[in-house]
Order: sequence, then C-alpha cells, then structure tokens
Amino acid sequence: MTRNVDTVKDAETTPEVAQPFAELGLKPDEYSQIREHLGRRPTSSELAMYSVMWSEHCSYKSSKVHLRQFGEKVPSEAKDILLVGMGENAGVVDVGDGLAVTFKIESHNHPSYVEPYQGAATGIGGIVRDILTMGARPVAVMDPLRFGAADAPDTHRVLPGVVAGIGGYGNCLGLPNIGGEVVFDETYLGNPLVNALCVGVVPHDRIQLSAATGAGNHVILFGAKTGGDGIGGVSVLASETFDDEGPSKRPSVQVGDPFAEKVLIEACQELFEQQLVVGIQDLGGAGISCATSEMASNGDSGMHVWLDRVPLRDSTLAPEEILMSESQERMCAVVAPDKLDAFMAVCRKWDVEAVAIGEVNDSGRLTIEWHGAQIVDVPPKTVAHDGPVYERPFARPQWQDALQADAPTSLPRPTSGDELRAALLQLVASPNLASKAWVTDQYDRYVMGNTVLAQPEDSGIVRITDDGLGVAVSTDGNGRYGKLDPYAGAQLALAEAYRNVATTGAKPLAVTNCLNFGSPEDTDVMWQFAETTRGLADACLKLGVPVTGGNVSFYNQTGDTAILPTPVIGVLGVIDDVARRTPLAWDGDGDAIWLLGETSDEFGGSEWAHLQGHLGGLPPAVDLDRERQIAEIAVAASRDGLLTAAHDVSVGGLGVTLAEMALRSGKGARIFLPDDADPFISLFSESAGRIVFVVPRSEEVRFTDMCTARGVPATRIGVVDSSIEGLEVQDSFTAALDELRAASEGTFPSLFG
Amino acid sequence: MSARIGVVTFPGSLDDQDAARAVRIAGAEAVPLWHGDADLKGVDAVVLPGGFSYGDYLRCGAIARFAPVMQNVIDAARGGLPVLGICNGFQILCESHLLPGALIRNDVRKFVCRDQWLRVENANTVWTSDYTEGQEILIPLKNGEGGFVADDRTLDELEGQGRVVFRYLRDNPNGSYRDIAGITNERGNVVGLMPHPEHAVEQLTGPSLDGLGFFASVITQLVDA
Repeated sequence: MTRNVDTVKDAETTPEVAQPFAELGLKPDEYSQIREHLGRRPTSSELAMYSVMWSEHCSYKSSKVHLRQFGEKVPSEAKDILLVGMGENAGVVDVGDGLAVTFKIESHNHPSYVEPYQGAATGIGGIVRDILTMGARPVAVMDPLRFGAADAPDTHRVLPGVVAGIGGYGNCLGLPNIGGEVVFDETYLGNPLVNALCVGVVPHDRIQLSAATGAGNHVILFGAKTGGDGIGGVSVLASETFDDEGPSKRPSVQVGDPFAEKVLIEACQELFEQQLVVGIQDLGGAGISCATSEMASNGDSGMHVWLDRVPLRDSTLAPEEILMSESQERMCAVVAPDKLDAFMAVCRKWDVEAVAIGEVNDSGRLTIEWHGAQIVDVPPKTVAHDGPVYERPFARPQWQDALQADAPTSLPRPTSGDELRAALLQLVASPNLASKAWVTDQYDRYVMGNTVLAQPEDSGIVRITDDGLGVAVSTDGNGRYGKLDPYAGAQLALAEAYRNVATTGAKPLAVTNCLNFGSPEDTDVMWQFAETTRGLADACLKLGVPVTGGNVSFYNQTGDTAILPTPVIGVLGVIDDVARRTPLAWDGDGDAIWLLGETSDEFGGSEWAHLQGHLGGLPPAVDLDRERQIAEIAVAASRDGLLTAAHDVSVGGLGVTLAEMALRSGKGARIFLPDDADPFISLFSESAGRIVFVVPRSEEVRFTDMCTARGVPATRIGVVDSSIEGLEVQDSFTAALDELRAASEGTFPSLFG
Repeated sequence: MSARIGVVTFPGSLDDQDAARAVRIAGAEAVPLWHGDADLKGVDAVVLPGGFSYGDYLRCGAIARFAPVMQNVIDAARGGLPVLGICNGFQILCESHLLPGALIRNDVRKFVCRDQWLRVENANTVWTSDYTEGQEILIPLKNGEGGFVADDRTLDELEGQGRVVFRYLRDNPNGSYRDIAGITNERGNVVGLMPHPEHAVEQLTGPSLDGLGFFASVITQLVDA
C-alpha cells in the first residue's frame, strides 16, 4: 500500500492545498483560527486533532460561558470538602478518615442509539476510566436511562440492548450497579439518553492529576491496542489519502472489552500504590489527540510522540486515524525514567501491554512524528484549551407562555374511592413508575460485598471502610418539569437527588451533572440550557452542595424536535455508619407513618397528567429552605435511631410512595388522609419538599420535637399494619398488596419479555 | 491455630475479595493465591471465586483450568483437599473435570441477579456439614451462564449417589436440569455451585446469613481432622 503522509514541511510549502475542514465539522472561521495559531495551514493530522478537540463534545464551546457559573456561585462549604474541583477528569470530595471520593456522570447518548449494546457498554467503560484517572478505585456505578414511549417499536430495539450492554460490561468489571433511573417519554424516541455515573474512593495522598511534567519523563500508552473503531468523521481524511484497496468506512461506535478494562483497573491500583506515575490520563473521546495535548497543556510542558510505536490492531491505520481512534481500555501515563522498570513489571503482571510512545520536554510544543517524518507541531494549549467559545443566542420560546398557561386543572379528576383506587393502580403500573426489576436484575449489585442499599431504594449506599463509613449516591431528573420551566426544573432535579440521599440517612455533600439538550444552535434550546444552568448554580449555592464536574450532551434532537430539557443531577452524600442507613421498607407493626412537608394542588408535569396525555402548566413550587430542613431531619433522625423507614415523595405523589413502601416490605398499612383535603390532591400531587418517615411509637415524641424545632409541618397519616395485606385508605378504598404487586411487576415483563 | 483457606485470584476474578472476607468472618485465615503461581502455600482448603476469569473467552472457565495454580489445585483436590467453586469457580471445576457436567447460557438469555432460595440436598460434604438436609437457604445468585447441563446417565448417577448438593426452589432461574444449583464429587470434598454464599455473610450487605454455613462447615471439618 502506498500513501503519502502530509508532513509539517508539506504544509509549509503547499499553503494552497484545499482541506476538508467543513466535512470534519469545523466552521470557516475556526479553520482560519487554526491557520493563525500555526502560521501556516495545518497538516492533515493536525487538522484531525483540532477538529475533534474543538468539537462540541470535547471543547464545550457552546456551554462554557454558562458552565462558568458553577465556578462562580460556589457555596462556602466547598472549600472544606473539595480537594479537586471542576476541570479535572472528575471532582474529588473529602469524606474524612484520610479518604476522598470522586464521582462523575457522563452521557453516551448518540452511540447508544446507533448501537445500543456497545454504546451503553463503552459508556460505562469511559466513566470508569475517568474515575480511575483520579487515582481512585472505582466502587460503584449507576445508569440513568431515558427512552421513547415504552410501547414504541424502536424502544424495543434500544432498551434491551442498552440494558444488556450495561450489564455485560459493568458486571464483568466487578462494579456493583446501585441505582439509576428508567424514564420514558416520546421525545427520547430518536434520542435515547444513556448516562452513566461512577464513584471511586481514593486516599488523599494518592490523588492523581493529568499533567505531563518533568523533561525526560516517558509518555507511556498502556492497555488495549489501537484499532479503527470510533474514528467517525475523521474517515473523511483517511479515505482521501488511502488508495483504492484501503478500507473506506470504519465503524463509528467503539467496541468494548470489559476484561481488558478490569485488568487495567487492577494494574492501575498497583501503579498508584507503588507511586509509579507522575501524571495519568484516560483515553476516551479524541483518543491520543486528547490525551497528549491535554497532558502537555496541563503540565505547561512540551511533548514529543513517536506515533509509529503505538501498538495497532489494524496495521493499515493512517496516522490521522491513530490520533483520532477511540479504541477503548487505553490509558496514558507519564513515568520517570527510574520508575520505568517497575511500571513495566506491574503491566506484565496483569498482561497489560505498555509501550513508551513519547517523552516530555521543555519545548512548549506537541510534536508527533511518523516513521521519521514530522506530522504535528502545535502549541498544545491551542488544541486542548484555547478552542473557540461561543455566546450562542438564546431567547425564551414563543410557546412558553401558552404552555405554562395550559394548566391541567380542567382534566377530569377521580373522586370516588373506586376511581382513586383505579388511578393508584394505573400509576403504579405506568412504565415510569412500575418496578424496574426487569432492568436492574440484569446488573450485579452484590459484587465487592459492600452494597448496603441499591435500587429501588432512594439512594445507593456502599460501605468504603471496615468501620462502616459509607457513601450514598442518587441521580434524578425530570424533563417534563424542565420543559415547563427549565430554571425550576433544574432545581427540582437537584432537590430530588439531594432529598433522596438524605432520606437514606446520608448527608448530601456534592453534585455532578449531565445536561442533556437539543441543538445549541436553536435559540429555544439554548434558552432552556441557560435557564437550567442558572437554576442549578443558584440552587447548589443555596443548598450548600458544590458542583464538582459533569458533562453536556447537545444535539439530542430529531429534525426540529428537541428532547425535553433533561438535566440529570447526581448527588453524593456521606454516612458515618452504614448500619444507621434508613431503608425504604417499613417493618414494625404499629409504627407510625408521618408525612413531612406541605401538599398543594400541583399537577403540572405530573405523572398523573402525563397518563392523561397532558403536559402543561407549571411544575411544583421550589422551596430550597424546606428541602434543607427536611434533609437535616432525615439525617439527624437516622443518626439518632428514630426511624425504621423513609421514602421521598416525588413522581406519582404520596399514593405511589406508600405503595412502594408496602410492596418493598410485604406489609400493609392503614392510611388516614387529612379530613380537610381533597384525597386526589393528597394522594397524587407532586409537591416537592416532602418525605414519608416511619417512626416507632416510642420515638414519636422525639421525632415530632425535631420537626417542631425546625418549623417543618409534620402530619401523622397512618400506621403499619400487617393484618391488612394492602393499603387501606380510610373512608376511601383498599388496594391489596397482590394487586399492587401485579400492577407494579407486570409492566416490564409484558413490554419487554 | 485457625484454618488457612486459600482464595485464588485469576485475571478477571471479581468476588475474590468478597470470598476472603467471608472466610475471615467465619473465623479462618484467608490466604491469597495467584493464578500464575503454582504454590498453594500450604493452605487447608481452596475457594475458586466468582468472576470472569480471563474474560471468559472461549468458554467460561476454559482458560483458567490451565492456569499454573490449577494443576496443583486439581492434584490436591483428587487427594482430598476441600475445594469450593462459586459461580465462575464452579465453571472452572467442570472444565477441570473435577465435577461432571457443564454450565451454559441461562435459558432466559439474560444475566440474572436476584436472591435465590435453595434447598440443601446433601449435608454430608465438607462444605455443607453445618446445614441439615432439606434446609432452605437464601443466597444471592448472579450469572449469565448458569444453566447446569449433563447427559441423563450423569444426572441419574449424581442423584443416585446423593451428589446433588443444592436445588433451586420455586422458580428455576436459568434452566438448570433437574433444578440443580450445586453438586459435589464422589468424595464430597469438592463442591461447586452457581449462587454466591460469600454474599450472604453479613446482615448489612446480604439478604441473609445463610452463606456462612459453607465456611463454618469446612472450618469445623478441618479442626476435627
């Protein structure tokens, strides 16, 4: 095979060559900017690097100006707990005992639509490597998922593949899957959201950063070989330069090998323990281009790379493709010469291939050669950090007022006992609220032996030390609320995740987010995005939980139809003694059931309205002071041993909350709703800032004193009673456990087999 | 002196730390054994833990069988050393011909993770002597290829010799022939099962404490010996 490599010398001598920058997704002025940075035209390898590093996915060029708020509106709590903030691969939070926790959420939406199994699998792989890069041992994962309507044919292609991919990859890594979400809405049909969160634990003195420093240090690529997967758009360059016999198209979705990642995790743990690396970076989007330019840029150094040393799975790959390849299960480390032998010995022990592909220097340039020819010579910052930044225009959509005015007040409401009972059963059986066991039973929640709570509990909790220190994580998001009011929608998503963590007895500490939106070039979408970030930043400040990092996924749009604006918010909490966690299931006969918070007539964006085919009005009111108060009560009451169970009230309202508690425990309860309230509102309103607590009789006085002291309204709404075998809503109806169970557990098997 | 129980780590083993924890909770010393090191370090018993050894390439357990440590495990097992294979460990024992039959893909074609009721059919093996025959225990199950299969003659022989150690109760989760969840060799020192007793040793993290009996049984046998 013959092919001409486009060298730096060629670029200097042939400035007039036309380059396919538009096909690579670069705008004309971006291309001019590259020429300006270099003082010449880029080589095709350089063009490939810039194009992918300046893509929306890697550069955050449309979102950056909005994401800055997370660094500006920082709660005072941050300085006490944040060891590493935004900008690194993942934020790191101090949890005491010399330990820190790192966590992050990312999207793998587009690949999962194209190829559900591999897209979802490599989504797990990628987020796990982000956590690994911080020096941590990954200890848990969770997957918030969103699909089109549950009965849509394409959902039946995408969902089973995504779930199998998450299980197939995550189970093989040995990471317990402790939570997540499965949500359906027709706007996700052509744009499913596959987000993945990973949590890791790292001793303070082992935290790693991704900077290349120390002239003379080796740059080592280790892990899987580099192949032609995930090259995507860059094949434009390759097909230009390949002869006719060469491959013309390559798959754009990466293929994962979880076994390769598992041994990479173990090898990295030993490398960190033995302190063998100066800096480390995972290879994800933009592959070697990203790792080399970011590490050199972070280290304010230079780097030289011999690209022909990269171990290849496919020897016909062109240098542009090697630079771009998103082959999975690869890491890049900077290693001092005197540690090289020990580094290689660890890699040999785990059968991990490792090759020194470059060297750190003081040149301030990233230079790459290919069989003796210089093909890249760039200032690394211009590739990694000084990409274009856009102030995209945005405007409140013209339809927003009409949408908000269309409140669900005119929908016929159930009133009789039979009607209310039917409404409860319908909600419990709805795909958004039904049992997700069909999904989560395909994930290993036991591995590592530290899972204290997992789905369907309010948050997942894993033990991280032998003496019982634990971390809790929950993710939440409600796109319907976001559509009605993106500012409030973001705050409600945060409030729910925060509340869920507190409900299980853990103190909420920090936030990660995955912001899933339509096209940023659409002024409506951009307004939703601006409002979401503003709402989230304001709420984080108020709740005292800093944002540690996150991810933005734009272009989740089919034609003119964007997905619901969907911020998925992850909250991390800490619990001093996992034995004190509060489970969802009530237990003791005679224990009192208390509702904290206030309930009003709030059905805008509710699940009940959704089942009537309605979306309009305003989402539930946000009261962050109240959220903070009830969270404090949840944590304090758990610590003082006042609770036997708790469950937050959210989608579907109080009725669904109580049904879930009864089903989880297998015991029934007698419920008496307030006399002066409409039972429909009491049961199904989605007012925020509410938690159901179950309190043994002996602790009721201390519990109510705690509520009174904080000025939180508490209503005694029932008693656990195993003789009932159902939910008996006094003066209204009884729903038997058997029929609730059939409703809840029948939905997924009947939809997905 | 407490019993010393080895736990083998293959590349891709996942539940090795969990098995070691269970051994410690039961009161024995857990001794890490490495797949590439033939030395059994003088242990009194061996656990082959769950996971995906060598990525489960080719067939589950097919490559692990040839690991340097396994030659000594196989020889010692034939000489009476207590060996417990859990999940992937069970698959390795079948591939090593220490136990008959094979494990194939679940009939439901999905990975299954759930709390599973089992009936103890044989309380005379070194790993089950703390149970009573007919006892029902709740143990987590999690696998993609857990369907136990063998030809009818082998199945009849297993049943006839009382070598079926555990059976799935109520709902067979993976299509195992005759609801078989675990079996033993003729001597009763080698036991393999798909469910994970090491995940049922702490109230906080498991559905029951029913898994402790495995480790307590072998410790009792070793102390008595």
